[in-house]
Formats: sequence, structure tokens, C-alpha cells
Amino acid sequence: MSEYLLEARELTKEFPAAGKKTVHAVSGVSLQIRKGETLGLVGESGCGKSTLGRLLIRTLQPTSGEVLFRGQSVTRMKDSEFKPLRKEMQLVFQDPYASLDPRMTVRDLVAEPIETWKLYGSREEVTERVRELLRAVGVPEEFLHRYPHQFSGGQRQRIGIARAIAANPSFIVCDEPVSALDVSVQNQILNLLKELKETRDLTYLFISHDLSVVRYLADRVCVMFLGKICEIGPTEEVYEHPRHPYTRFLLDAVPVPDPAARGKQIHLLKGEAPSPADPPSGCRFRTRCPYATERCAEEEPALQEEDGVRAACHCAGKW
Amino acid sequence: MNDRTLEVRNLNVTIRTDRREVRPVNDVSLDVLAGSIVGIVGESGCGKSMTARAVMGLLPYSGKVDGGTVRLCGREITALPEKERRKLRGSEISMIFQEPMTSLNPVIKVGKQVEETIRLHTECSREEAKEKTLAMFREVEIPEAETRYHCYPHQLSGGLRQRVMIAMAMVCKPKLLIADEPTTALDVTVEAQILNLLEHLRDAGTSVLIISHNLGVIARVCDYVYVMYAGRIVEQAATEVLFGRPTHPYTRGLFRSVNSLREGSATLETIPGVVPNLFRLPAGCSFSLRCGQCGANCEKNMPELLETEPDHRVRCFLTEKEDAE
Repeated sequence: MSEYLLEARELTKEFPAAGKKTVHAVSGVSLQIRKGETLGLVGESGCGKSTLGRLLIRTLQPTSGEVLFRGQSVTRMKDSEFKPLRKEMQLVFQDPYASLDPRMTVRDLVAEPIETWKLYGSREEVTERVRELLRAVGVPEEFLHRYPHQFSGGQRQRIGIARAIAANPSFIVCDEPVSALDVSVQNQILNLLKELKETRDLTYLFISHDLSVVRYLADRVCVMFLGKICEIGPTEEVYEHPRHPYTRFLLDAVPVPDPAARGKQIHLLKGEAPSPADPPSGCRFRTRCPYATERCAEEEPALQEEDGVRAACHCAGKW
Repeated sequence: MNDRTLEVRNLNVTIRTDRREVRPVNDVSLDVLAGSIVGIVGESGCGKSMTARAVMGLLPYSGKVDGGTVRLCGREITALPEKERRKLRGSEISMIFQEPMTSLNPVIKVGKQVEETIRLHTECSREEAKEKTLAMFREVEIPEAETRYHCYPHQLSGGLRQRVMIAMAMVCKPKLLIADEPTTALDVTVEAQILNLLEHLRDAGTSVLIISHNLGVIARVCDYVYVMYAGRIVEQAATEVLFGRPTHPYTRGLFRSVNSLREGSATLETIPGVVPNLFRLPAGCSFSLRCGQCGANCEKNMPELLETEPDHRVRCFLTEKEDAE
């Protein structure tokens, strides 16, 4: 039995793009997720974080590399072999307005995964289980026969979560689950996700562009830039002592809700991210990095471990 | 001399629906002083965008201003005929939106779109308009302005599109720029750049009204802040004062939510319940349903927006009581 619940080995995903170009969405990513931990995945739009999330649960197949779930390669499985494992891996989406079928009632939405997996026999048993799930996520049971449009964003996200946990999965990819929500509601959902993780023995991959949300939930954090891991390690260590310059810039760019912090933001990243269809040679961050040297253009930095943190930078922590 | 760029007094907006009328903006008064950045903060549906659209004269068909005044540099504009309003938009008062992709025309080159604004409001030749556009592109720090001029919106990144929007809004040197969630769709590193740019514009003499749900953004750039809840202003103060002494239970709840996340408390603070439906507002204070300190009076009457200290106003009976004691 592997010590990891999930392991990615040299995962690469390329998409064909216009003009015979290739978009390098994810390039040679290896990472491990232990059972019961929450791995945060941060990075800017287009860095490949959602693609990586989908590769890990096999809703996308990689161009090369493989994913191991409980030590078994799910990448090379036949669909029929994989089917029982699908139950184990679920996804919570960003937009609770788009991810629920507007013509289905809450009962049918939450019952769908239960019925798909034939977890309960009779209709009554299924409905009872739906009620139980609604209680668990904090949606009043009397709303069983309502439709999605009758709910607020926060409640819809609760319904989305109920669907995700309906088949008792062990691994959930949460892809920006609170980005569409207001602050006061966002915290309700984060509390819920944390509670469910403990009561239901879940393991999360938590994808977000919001660094404070990730800091709150994640045990370890993985920072991506243009399809590659820049830095991965225990959350507090990475936030307090970033080794990769990109991590530093990302952390410094977050506006702090304190007017006294104004003017303290010395590190400000210039320019725009390069296109994943045409990544720079060597280190992919070098065109935006103020510390880049010639070596960075020629030689791609490998992930180097120091104090439990792995960072891909030639001068990690020394800039 | 009038040092108020924008002066909104007791503004009401109503929207007709199938069922009945709702009032998403209720008795809103606010000022934007010349050369300042003012923020309106609140959650979805609080009326902050509707306030901005009423000021712009861009309310949806079913909506209308039914009460109150809007003065731009001392001139009343709500009663102006549509033709006059249209002349103001883009020249005296401009607006940028959250999603820069949907607010640009996808089939016209971005340079031409900015030029259109110039040629609509000023008499000038094509060459002059192009010169002005390129100068504006440089001013908003669009790299390789000449090349970008000939790009279509889809060829630009989100950050560049927002810069084009800002260029378009600023090219006729308006007195007021309204920015409705200008950085919500952008990455944090780009957000920081755009916020810097807004500060530069302010320093160059444009007053800015920013609408945002993000307290970090507000703290970063605003001089003065209004907090809106269910169509009304519930608290207003200079940024340092508001962040130092948030007083309305709703404002305090917002701050607690944000701060508990930053500090990493074991259980995050939340505001119980959800924003009330405008069709079913409580009889008294709109926040009474979610307020931990709600009293009998709060359920029956709407508190007024009163000063708790110089230039810090709060709409809450609890703070009034403290004064009485």
C-alpha cells in the first residue's frame, strides 16, 4: 500500500491550438497527496491549475505521465476498470449557477450520484439519504423539492457540495469553490468544507487564486506558473519564507484590508505572463523575474528540496 | 469654488418587475471630492452598481431615478434630456466595468474603439485622434502601443483589455471615472498594477469612484468609503477611520469575516443568513434579521444615518443609544 492517496508522475498535458501551435497547459508535474491532507493549488489564470485538477481525477487524460490512486495507475486503466474508482474522486465547481441543472429539483440533483452508483435500493431510501446529505451541508430539508434558481449562491454551492459527497468519495478536487461568493457567505462554505473533511475523512485538492483562502485551508501549498510547479511545501513555511521569487510577488500583490499597509508593497511584478503556447526557454518565469541571470535562460531549474520545501529556482531563497 | 466633483443627494432608484416595484437604491447621498478616490463597498445586490449606473444615466429599461439629485461639478444632471446626458458620458464622466472582454466590441480593433470616443466628443482629424489614442495607451502603460493599436480584444490579456477600457474612459479627460469592480476579473499581480494606475489618474486630477466587494482593494486606494447594505448607506467615513473603528454591526461583521480568514482562526467568523431579498425587506432596519444585537426597536423602525464622530456616519440604533447614555 502506497503512503500516498494520490500521486502524479511527470504529468504533461498539451492542447492543440490555432496555427499548429501547442499550448503547454501542464508540463512535467509530479506531486503527492497524503491521505487526509489538503493540498492548496495556487497560481494565476492560465497557469494550468484547473487542468492539473482535472488530470488528477481523470476527467482529462494526460499527454504523458501518469496518476496513481492508492498506488494503482488510473491513467492506464480501461474505463470499466476505472468506473468503481470514479466514486472515490469528485469535483466541486466554481460557479454554482452553471453547475446545477436548472430543471432538476434539489432532491433529484443530490440523488443523481446515489442512483448512478446504485448505493440504495428503494426510492424512499434514496430520499432519506438525500435528506441526510442536505442536513450535513446545511440546506433546510423542506427545500427538497425546490429548483436551483430559488436559492442564493451560497446555498447552491452547498447543494453542489452535497452532490460531491453523496457517493462517499475519499478525494475531492475543489476548483475555486468560493470565488463566486460574497465574503460573509464565503466563510460559511469554508467552515463547511473544513468540517466535512474531518467528519468524512476527506482529502482535498483545493484550487484557488485567493491566497488567504488557501492559507486557511491547506496543509501544504503548491504554487504553479505557466504549467510548472514553482514551489511546493508546508503552507506556513511557504507563506513566511517563499523560496521562489514568483511566490513572493504573488503574496505581495494581495491587497491587505488595512490602510496602514499602503505603500509597503515594494515588490510589484511588471508586465504580463508569457503565453503557454510559447513559453520562454529555461526558467518559464525568467522574463518577468528581476533576478534572472543568463543561466536562467539556458538551463531549466529543477525542483530542489530544502527544509521540506521544494522550489524550482537557480537562486532559491538567495535573491 | 466647488470642490465636489460629484454630489449625490437622496437618490432613489426603482425598478419595475412583473410583481411590483423594488427600490435597489434608497435615499443614497454621497460626495466625491475633487482629486480623491472614493469607494462603495458591499455585497452582491446591495445597490452599489445600481447607484453607479444611475449616476451614469445607464439604468436598465425597467429602472428609473425617482427622487434625489446628482450634481456633476455643481450641475444637476438627472433632469437633463437623454441627448445632453449622452454628451456627458465619455467626456465629463466615464465608467469602466468588471469584465473588460464583454465591454469591448470584439470585431473592431481596440485602437479604433478608443478613437471613436475622441471623434464623438471632439472635433479632430483621424490623424490627431490616432495620435491621442497612442499617447493615451502609453499613459495607461500599454507596452508596444503601436502594435496593440491594431489588435482585436481577444488578442489581448485581461489586464491589457482593462487598460484599453481605462484608456477609452480617460481619453477625453473626464472629471469623474467610475470603476465598477475594476479588478475582480484580474489576477492579483495585474490587479496591483491596475490599482497603481488608478492612483496615478487620481494624482493627475481625475476623481475616481470605485465600487468593490473587496476590502483589500478599498483599503489600498480609497480616501473615503461608503458601506452599502440592501440599497442604503449604512456607514461612511474616511478610510483610516472606517478601518480603524468599523461601527455598524454589518461593517463589523464584514471585517470580522475577512480578518478571521487572514488570521487563520479555527472556525471562520461569518455573518449568519444571507442578504435579504429586496421584495421581502424587514419592516425596520434591513440588517435586523442578521444582526446579533437586534432589539425591538430595530425590528420596527429604520434608523437614520447619524454622525457618531465628525465625518463618521452610521445607520444604527445601537450607536445612537450610546450617545444618549
